[in-house]
Amino acid sequence: MEHFFIGLGVGMCLLMGLTLYRAIFGPTAIDRIMGVNVIGTKTTILLVVIGTIYGRVDMFVDIALAYAFLNFIATIAASRYFLHAKNLSPTGFGLWHRRGRWK
Amino acid sequence: MIDFLTIVLVGAGYFFFFATTVGILRLPDFYCRMHAAGKGDILASLLILSGLALYNLHHFSFAALLVSLKILLISVFIFLTSPTATHAIIDAGFESDVQPWSKSTEEED
Repeated sequence: MEHFFIGLGVGMCLLMGLTLYRAIFGPTAIDRIMGVNVIGTKTTILLVVIGTIYGRVDMFVDIALAYAFLNFIATIAASRYFLHAKNLSPTGFGLWHRRGRWK
Repeated sequence: MIDFLTIVLVGAGYFFFFATTVGILRLPDFYCRMHAAGKGDILASLLILSGLALYNLHHFSFAALLVSLKILLISVFIFLTSPTATHAIIDAGFESDVQPWSKSTEEED
């Protein structure tokens, strides 16, 4: 059963790496916020999985709860900051992005 | 028996996390991506956390029961906060005029 949880943790890390693509190259700023939010939720689950592997769930559960709360506050603050931004469209990194597509 | 139920719940949750990641990477539009992220995340979190809380009751005691309740408290917290965060991000995108995907924007490229 321990091997199953180790495999689950490695698989979650792979999915987080895939989501990091959207957090880095995402066409708009709010795409990046969304990627960071999803990575934070996955990290909360991953902390509980790590606690199960180590056999110390009682300690890691508190860390996971605090991390979920911090993730929520960060997402709310960032999205309120970009609420009325008129230049959300990117200029740099986006691989799909064509300049002037979103006016 | 508990091991089998845990494997089923956690496997289903991992499948929904995988679907969320595929949706975030592949869908054409900000709103579509937000749809995939907001739904799949919550369901996968609920499934995986309930599986882990069930596995924690393997050696039953009062302390293990309290820890399982705490894990379920995390899932309730995610169930409350994740839709709120999703709505805040969508609101930020909508108020600052992010254009939704349509056939015409696809043909311009």
